[in-house]
Amino acid sequence: MGKAWTFGENMNTDEIIPGRFNITIDPLELAKNVFCEVKPEYAKTVQSGDVIVGGQNFGCGSSREHAPIAIKGSQAKCIIAPSFARIFFRNAINIGLPILECPEAVADITEGDDIDVNLSTGEIFNRTNGRQYQAQALPDFVLKIAEAGGIVNFLKTHDIQDLLMNAEG
Amino acid sequence: MGTLIEEIFSRKAGRQIHAGEILLLDVDYIMSHDNTTPLAIKAFQAIGKPILDKNRIVIHFDHAYPAPNVLAAENHKKIIEFVQAQELPHFLHQGVCHQVMIEEGFITPGAIVIGADSHSNTYGALGAFGTGLGSTEIGVAWATGKCWFKVPETIRVELSGQAQHGVYAKDVMIHIAGLLGMDGGTYRSVEFGGEYIDNLPMHERIIFPNMSTEIGAKCGLIAADEVTINYLENETPAEGPFEALHPINPRYERILEIDVATLTPQVSCHPDVDNVKPLAEVEGLDVNEVYIGTCTNARYEDLEIVANMLKGKKVNPLVRVIVTPASDRIYKKALKNGLIEILMDAGCTVTGSGCGACIGRHGGILAPGERALTTMNRNFIGRMGSPLSEIYLASPATAAATALTGKITDPRNLLMQIAE
Ligand code: SF4
Repeated sequence: MGKAWTFGENMNTDEIIPGRFNITIDPLELAKNVFCEVKPEYAKTVQSGDVIVGGQNFGCGSSREHAPIAIKGSQAKCIIAPSFARIFFRNAINIGLPILECPEAVADITEGDDIDVNLSTGEIFNRTNGRQYQAQALPDFVLKIAEAGGIVNFLKTHDIQDLLMNAEG
Repeated sequence: MGTLIEEIFSRKAGRQIHAGEILLLDVDYIMSHDNTTPLAIKAFQAIGKPILDKNRIVIHFDHAYPAPNVLAAENHKKIIEFVQAQELPHFLHQGVCHQVMIEEGFITPGAIVIGADSHSNTYGALGAFGTGLGSTEIGVAWATGKCWFKVPETIRVELSGQAQHGVYAKDVMIHIAGLLGMDGGTYRSVEFGGEYIDNLPMHERIIFPNMSTEIGAKCGLIAADEVTINYLENETPAEGPFEALHPINPRYERILEIDVATLTPQVSCHPDVDNVKPLAEVEGLDVNEVYIGTCTNARYEDLEIVANMLKGKKVNPLVRVIVTPASDRIYKKALKNGLIEILMDAGCTVTGSGCGACIGRHGGILAPGERALTTMNRNFIGRMGSPLSEIYLASPATAAATALTGKITDPRNLLMQIAE
């Protein structure tokens, strides 16, 4: 359960967290300035479990990981978007920030809606309008990384081969 | 059997691979640079395991080198200490990482090379799988030698015909970026081929995989052929035999066909790489800076085009014309053959090799309200400095013509005069 925060198309990593704040990699520090230019009220009032609802090509731009780290640091539960920029997609997975692709949900969610997400099934429930949407379920290995809190944590206790055990492919 | 990316992955995995599968693959080289290595070190140290194979790690100083400020200097210091402590054999600072990777022979057909830099796609020009990743994955690969990949679907860009005089690979690629859009290649492998590519020398081929990043692609690939093998044998220390993989009965998600003969010089206009116009539509727009550099268009042949156009002339004195060779090797060759002197006599400022002004750290930062025409690959708002500045992307020839007039200028008249 959480509030939806909506963002536009082609949200680039500089809009998520401007380069001048990238001198730290502390998630909580970065979270203080996340979306500071496009939505300054976000960092001030976001609550744990809130959901980011982005547009097409969310996270395009540089390969730096500060952007997903900043969002994760803000305690957002996940990001829902019609599509993500490729490196952002990987970076988010690797730091354990779940991301769901679901154009239908994005088209139908307005800022402030109350959203519930089941990460393992990909079900998104909009409590405000009572509608439900189905994103593709996250692959097993993505959930494993998210559960461990990121790939670095995963590797502290696992071999990298364990990622694909029982996973597709 | 499959697209070029399926062929490359199948060879590596030792079995038939199809788009959609998730793989864990051994990587041949792991590239990072001064901007992205510190975070990789942090991830690596947090994992707490030793480096699997030092020989696969290549670290470059190019993004902010020599250090323009204390923060960059601290980064460099930290990285050098790590290189020393881990006794890493491949530590380089002789130009833009991607160019140096190729020059030093790290890139060969069929190789899997990951880089903590979005333009690692460049390696596809030699038939290698190159892709950009975040720093954490670089730290992971240092420790494990492996990386996970979802095998992408492929968009084939089929280029036929012969380009008009004054129209270069850069113009063709800018046109493609306009057609496919900034996210047109997301999660995809973009395969470039056709008779136009077959006849193109390596320095022009590189533009396509390099800028496949701009359309969001996971990789941009050109199948290795005789041009590739000759280039590797004559221009790099890479040792063969080289295996020239190519698509076999491929199933493409989409095929884009372009007859390049129809194209005129193209420009990516502020503020998006896919805001593409034929040069004629923006001709005459004033510029404050012309920047000839980067992993896209600062190779010897690019400098040669510019020098030929500027020889015996003077650039507009109110415009800052900055030339940053992509690597020391290119710089040295240009020096030896008199290009640097021609450029300096024309009023250009020639800087040491590296990324230079491309990321707005040093060597040509833009003030609010300024406009630059550059040979770079991206024109994000604020990339070269002030968020209130504008960046236009074009070929080195367009950059040279623009340097002379101080306005965006079609290079074809001047090229014609020189040819006569
Ligand atoms: S030259 Fe520019 S685009 Fe190329 S690697 Fe350097 S910063 Fe990136």
